[in-house]
Formats: sequence, C-alpha cells, structure tokens
Amino acid sequence: MSTADPPVTSAAVKTAPDARGAAGSSRRAYLSYVAGKLAGAAVSLFAILVTSFFLFRIIPGDPVKTMTHGRKVDAEQLAALRRHYGLDLPLWEQFTQYVGDALTGNLGDSYQFNEPVLDLIRERVPATLLLTGTAVVLYSALGLWLGTRAAWRHGGLGDKVNTSVALTLWSVPHFWLGMLLIIVFSVGIGPIPGLFPTGGMESGGEHGIAYVVDVVHHMFLPVLTLVAACYAQTLLVMRSSLLDEMGSDYLTAARAKGLRDDLVRRRHAVPNAMLPTITLVFVNLGFIAAGSILVETVFSWPGLGGLFYQALSVPDLPLIQGLFIVYAGSMILASVVADLIYPLFDPRVGR
Amino acid sequence: MSTEALGKDPGPEPASRPSAEPAAADPRALARARRRRSAARFWRAYRRQRAGLVGLVALVVIAFVALAAPLLVGADADSVTDAPGTALEDPSTEFPLGTDQFGRSVLDLLVHGARISLTVGLLAAALTVGIGTLVGMVAGHYGGWLSGVLMRVTDFFLVMPTLVLAIVLATVMSRSVTTVIIAIGVAAWPKTARLVRAQTLAIEARPYVERARALGGGHTHIMLRHVLPNVMPLVLAQTTLVISEAILTEATLAFLGLGDPQVISWGGMLQDAREAGAISSGHWSFLVPPGIAIAVVALCFTLSGRALESVLNPKLGVAK
Repeated sequence: MSTADPPVTSAAVKTAPDARGAAGSSRRAYLSYVAGKLAGAAVSLFAILVTSFFLFRIIPGDPVKTMTHGRKVDAEQLAALRRHYGLDLPLWEQFTQYVGDALTGNLGDSYQFNEPVLDLIRERVPATLLLTGTAVVLYSALGLWLGTRAAWRHGGLGDKVNTSVALTLWSVPHFWLGMLLIIVFSVGIGPIPGLFPTGGMESGGEHGIAYVVDVVHHMFLPVLTLVAACYAQTLLVMRSSLLDEMGSDYLTAARAKGLRDDLVRRRHAVPNAMLPTITLVFVNLGFIAAGSILVETVFSWPGLGGLFYQALSVPDLPLIQGLFIVYAGSMILASVVADLIYPLFDPRVGR
Repeated sequence: MSTEALGKDPGPEPASRPSAEPAAADPRALARARRRRSAARFWRAYRRQRAGLVGLVALVVIAFVALAAPLLVGADADSVTDAPGTALEDPSTEFPLGTDQFGRSVLDLLVHGARISLTVGLLAAALTVGIGTLVGMVAGHYGGWLSGVLMRVTDFFLVMPTLVLAIVLATVMSRSVTTVIIAIGVAAWPKTARLVRAQTLAIEARPYVERARALGGGHTHIMLRHVLPNVMPLVLAQTTLVISEAILTEATLAFLGLGDPQVISWGGMLQDAREAGAISSGHWSFLVPPGIAIAVVALCFTLSGRALESVLNPKLGVAK
C-alpha cells in the first residue's frame, strides 16, 4: 500500500521539489491508491457472484429436487421445470447467463413470494438501515467512550467492571438477550406491565409526529439488544490500542509541558489510538445489513433479516442467494470506503 | 515474538541455556527436560491470571459433566415418546428446571446439550485453525505470487460476513452435525491465517532459521521443525478464542433451525422454547437456562483464551 507507484513519487521529487509539486505528487499517489482499491473491490464483487453461483448451483446438487421437496413428480414435469429455470443448459452457459442477469439487476424470482427478489429486498432495506444504522452509531460511540475510560485508568475498579461486563455481554447469544428483554419489558413480569411492543415496526394508523414516536417506541428494545451485544468489540479494540499508546514518549512530553491530564488524553492520546478503531467502525457499517438477522427475527422487524429468516425455512434459494449477494456486497463496499477514508486520518497510509 | 520467553525452540539450537542435566545426556532427554521446564514456567504465568484460571476450572467441570452425561441423567433423556412429565411444567423437586413441550426434563436436556455444544465448538475450531495455520504458514514461508494469491483469497473471505456464509452453507448442505462444523470452519478461518502469516514472517527472519537453511534444511524441515513449534502457542490462544465464537455460531444456526433436528442442542432448545410460546406465556424455566449455558461456556473459553494470549504476548496488554 505505502509503496504505491515509486516512479511517480521519485519523478515528482526530481522535477519539483517545491511544496506545490509535493502536494501534487501526494494527490497523484492518493489517486492511484484509490484506483487500486476500487479495482480490488470490483474483483471482490465479481468473486462474490462466482462464490454464490458455486454455493447455490453446485453444492446443493439438483435445485429442482429441492424445489419439489422430494414430492413425486414425473420426469416430464421435472424436465419442464429444468427448462424453465435454465438448468438443462451446460454449466458454463448457466454461469454466463447468471452473471449477465445479476449485472443487469435481475436476481431471479422468489419461490415463495413469486416476486422478483430485487423488489422484495428493496422494500425491506429502509427498515434494516434504520434499525442497525442507529445501533451501530450508538454502540460505536458507547464503545469508544467506555474503552477510553477503561484504558486511561487501566487496572482500576472501573476498568475491571467495564471489561468484565462487556465480555459477558459479548458471550451472550443476541437472540436470547432479545427474548429476555421481550419477556421483561413487553410481556411484563409480576406487577410490571409490558412497557414496549413485542415486535414489528409500527402499530399502524399513526401520522406525523405520532408516527415517529411510535416507530421509536418499537425500535427501543431491538436497538438496546444490538447495542448490548456489540459494544464490547469497540470497547476492547479502543482499550488495547489506547494502552499501546500510553507508554509513548510524546505523551510524557505533553505532560512535561504542563498540559492537564484531560487534555493529554483528548488531544494527544485518543486521536492516535482512534486509528485502528476507525477501521473497525467502518467494517461495522458493512455489518449493518448482516448484523441484525437474529434480532430482526426475534422482534419480527420488517427488514432484510426477517426476510432472510422467512427464506431459510422453505428454503427459498433465489431469495437466499440475493440476500447473500447484498450482505457480502455491502461488506465489501464498506471495507473499500474504510480504505479510501483511512489515509485522510493517517497520512502515512496511501502516499 | 514472546514465544522466546517460553524457550520452545526445539531446533538444533546451540546449548546456550544452562542445563541442570549432565552434559553427557542424549539430546532427546535434554530437549524433554527443557520442554518440561518451559511448561512449568508457562503454568506459573498462567496461574497468575485469575479470570483465566476460573474459566479453565469451569471448563474442566463442564467437560466432565458432558462426558458423563449418559451416566448422570440416563441415555434416553432425549426420548420424546416416554417423557417422564407433562408439557411445560414449572420447576418442581422432580424437575428442577421444569419440562419442555414434550414433558422432558429441561435439566437433563441441558446436560445432554453440553455434549453437542462442546463437540461442535472444538471440532469447528480445530477445522478453522487447521485451515488458517496451513494457509498462513504456506503464504508466509513461500512468499511471492503464491503468497499474493493466498492472501487475496484470505482477504476476500475476511470481509465476508461469517454468520451469513455459515447460514448459507448450512442451508445448501444436508442437515447434520458435520454440516454445522464444516459451515463454521469454512467461514471463520481467515483471521487465523493472517495471524499465522505475520508470525511466520517474524520467525523466518530469525538467525537460526537462516542457519538451518544454510545447513541445507528444506522447506518442509523449516516449516515443521522451526516455524510450526513457534507458531503453536499463538495458534493455541487463537483456538481458544475461536471455540467460543464457534459455540455461539452453533447455537445461532440451531436456533434458526439449521442444526441436526435429531440432536439436542442448546440453540435448538431455545428455538423449541420460542416455538412453544415460552416467551408470551412467560415460561422462564425453559428459556433462561440454555442461554445461560451458552453464555457461560463461551465466556469461559474467551477468558481462558485471553489469559493465554496475555501470557504468551505480554505486550498486548489485554486482560490485565
């Protein structure tokens, strides 16, 4: 990465040693870095298409058998089904046809809904983005804050409590936590009545402000579950990267020139320790789509995760395949965005 | 890095370490004594990690219970036809944790579930770490285009959402315990591969590897006799951490109905509880214990893994 295009930099150094030339060469280096990353992402996206073809056409054997669920179907009907789904063609032709379709946005029709997969997915995307987007922002912020506190006073009681609570919540299955929250706060135990709805995204029939309040009311428990289950990772990464920085000379220097402890932490230590955590936050953004499958299932949230669960029980292979492509594709896009943004935070990368 | 502290370099190292053995003893005995000493040193360092010790002891107890399950609760505790109680009973002296929707004792099922949870966790972690170590070591040792290709593949799998890939694999293959193990193992190896490759590069830069190469050691000799033993401690710590992930993934797959329907597992029990309406009817005794069991086992492996990691690599500063 950092050795990107030595000819460009050396030529720039030879011809233009002044500041403007250096800026130009660094911009050119950044652009070639961007081009490299984008090309890599394109290859990865294509590899996902290949992988999904392999997963769904080759491993399961005969998809028609899966479709008919082993019911007694005569040979003619089987042949007709094969022809309909293009399964009588040679594998290579099936592959080119499939890639062509996928590139033009045709992911096939769902077995159980009889609708194009892409339309089904498009309908469900906003709900998932709302739920997991909120959760990712909240748990990243919480993890960064608690991780900084834990590392700055490491070894203290606060650190021990923080780390052990985070580790415990990390080990708990998300869906189980969700179910417990439903029992306690939605169904209600003993004298406590249910405070929150048990599932779904809205009660219906609300407009304007009342609608927003209603959705937030429905969102509270699922977001709480996701935050509780996921903030530990951010906390631990932030804590260990801040611990790595703590012995550094520049912090001693900052203290020696008389800065308050608080300022040393905020202005000097945390920005440097943030670097590994930024990558994690962006990777988590890619996780937005896939991260909430279980939570959406438990809370009957009308998003992609709930759709995925519905598809699994059939199994509705075209729908699962489409969702797989969406999930994996969003991870790749997020990691590319992380790669592109990272040099802006850390000038040592990508020059 | 820190593996030097363990003194586990088994190669033909010059006898720089002072030895209590008589000088005339054969090299094998010397090596054995050295390993015994480093194991003792390792145990002393591990003992100081209180959380890791608690995790280890708890794991030994749980493993014992899992192994002795047929003796403790009887081999037919999972039989639906001659269940001892009625459906969804509340806890009583006969059934300390109540019964499930078929009238089987939840406590007995819990004990049985430990077997599958631990089996899948251990085997899936072994598969993950096996693939990861092989890929990482080959990429680190050979370098060049082979390393480039392998790392490209690793990076590709690294950004794949692990759970989604595992779910898809479990869906397209037949429902069985083996499928679950393969699905988890195939989905989770890239992190180990990256770690092992970095460690391999660090080890191959050491003078004694160069010396072995100069003496005519081939690729296999260097990888098996010099690199592998030094990578092992790191791999061991990684394995422990992977096991807890694998156990959580197994529970998730079973909860989604992708496990073997014939086998009692904690995730499957949670699915049964949900489908039997334990949430809305408030049947705590059926819903709570399996989740706690999953969390306790996963937490114990995580604690042991972090303790191992910080013993082997004190610079990490985790778990202190």
